[in-house]
Amino acid sequence: MLLEEPALLARFPAGSVVPQEGPDAPADQPTWVVRREVLLDLCRALRDDPQGRYDLLLDVCGADYPDRDERFEAVYHLYSVPTANRLRLKVPLTESDPKLPSVISVWKGADWFEREAYDMYGFVFEGHPNLRRLLTHEGFQGHPLRKDYDPARRWILTEDKIYRPVLRAPADRPESMFERMTINIGPSHPAMHGTFRFVAMVDGEEIVASEVEIGYLHRCMEKMSETHTWQQVIPYTDRLNYCSSFLNNVAYCRTVEKLLGIEAPPRAVWARTILSEFSRIMDHCVANGSTLVDTGALTNFWYFFQPREEIYGLLEAVCGARLTVSACRIGGLLADLPPDFVQRCERLLEFIPPLIDDVEKLVDKNRIWMDRSVGIAAISGEEAVNWSWTGPCLRASGVAYDVRRAHPYDLYDTVDWEVPVLHGGDVYDRFRLRMLEIRQSLRIIRQLIERGVPAGPFVVDDPHVALPPKDACYNQMESMIYHFKLIMDGIRVPAGETYLMTEGANGELGFYVVSDGSGKPYRLHVRAPCLPIFSTFPTLMRGHSVSDAIATLGGLNVIAGELER
Amino acid sequence: MSVSHDLAANVNRAALALPGVQQHPKELMPRRMTFAERLYLPLLSGLMVTIKHFFLNIFRIRPRVTIQYPEERRSYSHRYRGHHILTTRPDGSVRCVACFLCATNCPAECIHIEAAEHPDVNIEKYPVVYEIDMLRCVFCGYCVDACPEEAIIMSNNYDMAFFSRSQSIVGKADLMKPFTFDPAKLGYRPYYPEEDAQHAAMRRQAVDLVAAAKAKAAGDRAVAGG
Repeated sequence: MLLEEPALLARFPAGSVVPQEGPDAPADQPTWVVRREVLLDLCRALRDDPQGRYDLLLDVCGADYPDRDERFEAVYHLYSVPTANRLRLKVPLTESDPKLPSVISVWKGADWFEREAYDMYGFVFEGHPNLRRLLTHEGFQGHPLRKDYDPARRWILTEDKIYRPVLRAPADRPESMFERMTINIGPSHPAMHGTFRFVAMVDGEEIVASEVEIGYLHRCMEKMSETHTWQQVIPYTDRLNYCSSFLNNVAYCRTVEKLLGIEAPPRAVWARTILSEFSRIMDHCVANGSTLVDTGALTNFWYFFQPREEIYGLLEAVCGARLTVSACRIGGLLADLPPDFVQRCERLLEFIPPLIDDVEKLVDKNRIWMDRSVGIAAISGEEAVNWSWTGPCLRASGVAYDVRRAHPYDLYDTVDWEVPVLHGGDVYDRFRLRMLEIRQSLRIIRQLIERGVPAGPFVVDDPHVALPPKDACYNQMESMIYHFKLIMDGIRVPAGETYLMTEGANGELGFYVVSDGSGKPYRLHVRAPCLPIFSTFPTLMRGHSVSDAIATLGGLNVIAGELER
Repeated sequence: MSVSHDLAANVNRAALALPGVQQHPKELMPRRMTFAERLYLPLLSGLMVTIKHFFLNIFRIRPRVTIQYPEERRSYSHRYRGHHILTTRPDGSVRCVACFLCATNCPAECIHIEAAEHPDVNIEKYPVVYEIDMLRCVFCGYCVDACPEEAIIMSNNYDMAFFSRSQSIVGKADLMKPFTFDPAKLGYRPYYPEEDAQHAAMRRQAVDLVAAAKAKAAGDRAVAGG
């Protein structure tokens, strides 16, 4: 499958890059075990090789296997946008010397990924310009995702240890007539849409250097998952991107279903696709609404929030909650669809488009909005890929990468829809692109609704995965035993590892899970789409004004819950 | 290497550009303003939109979206995951048999149970203490899923503000109290499809009634106007 492999591997000393093969190798994508000495050269070769072209660094994370001689593993997930190939690199590291070269010179997007791995596992990425903790407090001791770190440990964290950015203007920048001033926005600031801290050095109105601090909403989701059963992780995934929690449920459940080797029944897949698209609409409404409200266009916010409100009503009818839905279960849905599901969807399909049209009429050709957004925080497609961007923000820069199209899942390959692409790469095009995507989502939903609800069960009929129906549980001994076993021990997921991605509302939402065959995840890592996007923020903002920074933030759709997990 | 990987198998090759042809764009092509846009002319059509909404709202041609909470309340479905209910046996004693499944299945670890032996030998155990910390609870409904006795279900009561943290821990007595046998107040509970069909029929009836009333009112207006 990998054309470049023999030629490329021959360039490295024997044994330094070993493709994993055999029955124990991960089945989802090629996996190479790489010695750290050759990592940087290999990465550069993989990016530049005309047949490799792994231009997108999806993720860097760690894993800890205390029984092995080389206890740690740094795991890299690579993707090639032109060829749709995926590759996983694993770098074994010892506890006494967890050092490896930073790949930031190959992919700029590695910046925060590596900082996170340093924070969580203590890997030292040599050559990283700013290797500090990312998610935990500066006064935190130890590395929380190591297996020997006790989750119940508590630290007293004081303010005097807090990181204070020291910003320096670029050396080539001439002095101006203004005094340079450093301003701080956040962590609790209404314009930041979440708890982020943005520190900028301004020269007059212009930002000359800036830095962002995150981690205020870190809730150890990955560590918690390791102590809870597979099914119990679903409510945690709700809180990743809480504007579209259903999408996270689907992404997680599909990953576990893949490890289990099962598929959700057609009825559940149909409902998942529809509700995913509704959630995407909702998320885009929030992103666009908050972009506009930050630039002073409040009316659109209300127009956008009406569809959102009605979609919440639909989700509530399906699963009983509006925001944190937990509507999926491994192997299907939590309950059957309500009998008026189709009517409700049809009503939404009539209700949403006029409001979207109204917003378009208000701002699309409005010069006031264009002056605030066209050319602001622009990033070219090449740069965006290098910064590991995915999702609507990447497509607004002219790169047509959409997981739903490149790796079709659920019912996306059976419906007729397009991947909208724009070429401005600025705040205006990110806004426009989301508007186009809302229409495509409506188009997908309309086609699926016309098809009608598929008959059949809403969850797999497998007592080792799904809880038996309640009346069976009350009346039959066997079902009762399955019920108890599933809840006490959890679903037994076969040992193995996998990475599975879905198109989240703001990019590729991937779950990298490792199972050791027990009822709990051994390792669960979330590839949060907005993490690399937000890491670009200081670079994007150079040369713009503080008000532009606020206008940009909504369009990047940075959701603290997902960013910090 | 001939190993086929499942992610590689699931690639939509048609959607990809030919290898070697596609380059990521380096140049940006931002939107250019037209002459009319330069003159702020499209603002007028935007103004029409807000004027349209203004009149639709002020003459109540369209139902208003605001709800005058707390006098008016949003109605939720019968799956709403609200305040928990501990159900009772016909004699009024708690139905829970203290099997701890709900506490085990709780992702937020907010249920605290202390079990004791039940005087009736057929029942074995009952909870002396059954507490839910409402500030920890995430209302995911996993306790309801786990319960093998239908002893814990949820109501559609969402309004549970407290004055202190200690009040947030709700005990057995309070969990049993809201259960008034009013089916309209029930929320997420074991799912029986026929019940949903009933509710849907009721809702359809209600919608029909409203539509009929509206049609009648419109007819009356037409008569009065004519």
